[in-house]
Amino acid sequence: MKKPLFNTKTIVATGLGGALFMVLFMFVKVPSPVPETNLQIAYGISSFFAMLFGPIAGGLIAFIGHALSDFLSYGSPWWSWVFASGAAGAISGIAYLTAKKDIEQGEFDLVQFLIWNIVANAVAWIIVAPVLDIVIYAEPVSLVFTQGGIAFVMNAICSCVVGGLLCSIYAKTKTKEGSLTKK
Amino acid sequence: MKTKLFSYSQLDTFIHRLSGLTKLICFLLLTTTVMLTFDIRIILGVMVLSLILFRVAQIRFSQVKVMFVFVLIFILTNFVLTFIFSPTYGVEIYGTEHILFVITERYTVTLEQLFYQMTKFSKYLSVIPLGCIFFFTTNPSEFASSLNNIGLSYKACSALSLTLRYFPDVQGDYHTISLAQQARGVEMSTKASVMTRLKNMVRILVPLIFSTLDRVELITNAMELRGYGKHKKRTWFSYKPLGKNDWLSIGVCLAIFLFTMYMRFFVTKSLFYNPFI
Repeated sequence: MKKPLFNTKTIVATGLGGALFMVLFMFVKVPSPVPETNLQIAYGISSFFAMLFGPIAGGLIAFIGHALSDFLSYGSPWWSWVFASGAAGAISGIAYLTAKKDIEQGEFDLVQFLIWNIVANAVAWIIVAPVLDIVIYAEPVSLVFTQGGIAFVMNAICSCVVGGLLCSIYAKTKTKEGSLTKK
Repeated sequence: MKTKLFSYSQLDTFIHRLSGLTKLICFLLLTTTVMLTFDIRIILGVMVLSLILFRVAQIRFSQVKVMFVFVLIFILTNFVLTFIFSPTYGVEIYGTEHILFVITERYTVTLEQLFYQMTKFSKYLSVIPLGCIFFFTTNPSEFASSLNNIGLSYKACSALSLTLRYFPDVQGDYHTISLAQQARGVEMSTKASVMTRLKNMVRILVPLIFSTLDRVELITNAMELRGYGKHKKRTWFSYKPLGKNDWLSIGVCLAIFLFTMYMRFFVTKSLFYNPFI
């Protein structure tokens, strides 16, 4: 079965997913054990949509959602982190392509989901965000890598726990093809 | 929670009359300029220009007060963190050392460090009015059309305009569901442990996501029935053709950008403007 990458449904899902991401990004911050940092539940949303609709949708949701919420709360986006968000969303969407089970048939491939989400967050927060911070904003190296490391742990937890729970709940609402038998 | 977003108001000023495309190009040019330079003279220049434009666009300070406070906290935190993590970064960059006073051996306050941090401070501060001007004077539906005009795929633009369109709806849904769940005793405050809070969050998210997915289905059908996505190109209802003032504004912004690049590569010959040599 060939999975669609960017049809009308993906576009609409991207649009609404972006709105959802924005709402959560701006208003929902669960305080974490580390002081002055928050768990961003929004990353769970982008991983969930990425699993359902693929890397393009996941990347755009995180990118648009993060950029617009930055616009609204800070006046101007912090581009390095916006790009990192987009990268995290897009890479976690690879799970959509590599998953061995079809989530629309009620089977959720947790292993692939976790692998790609951890890879995505590692690439985004330990490589993309700090490097862009240095290149664009000339921030001190030790500061950005510390921030990146903290962000990696936080966001990986959010993506895996929240995203994983949402995916498994979604899978339960779907029924397998041919699951009914005639007596 | 009840923030009034996108306080776009239809006024008749010079900036409001410009096409959305112009505003987008100018915004991108000026923010890129500030992003790519560490020359405080240029940064302050852009800041003054953006404050003048702020007046021209008739944006009142009360409209951006909350945002301003948020940003200030953010920049100040960054200011302190930068000093804690690398107190000698300024010395590294500018190559000289003028000691002002000593806190401890590691935390020596130097003129270079102060200059580097002040430059960074004004750098972040100067882009905020630009963002405000862009968002307060551009019609949300014109925003998507201008992105399409600079060459972005129209499908991505549709996604963006759907995000803008449905943001208030999703926000309202979230608010309702969250209150309903909390009334049933779902604990979201610091009293519960982190794992419990994450799990409780999922209990708010589930209804929110399923109602959103239903909406996705509905909108997709509506769009497909109207033949969306049949052709390679698409025209926009809200597109304004460029006039004389538009070309003038783009020209001015482009000139600022090119001037900065000229300074960067031929005059100061480095990312940083160094007043210490």
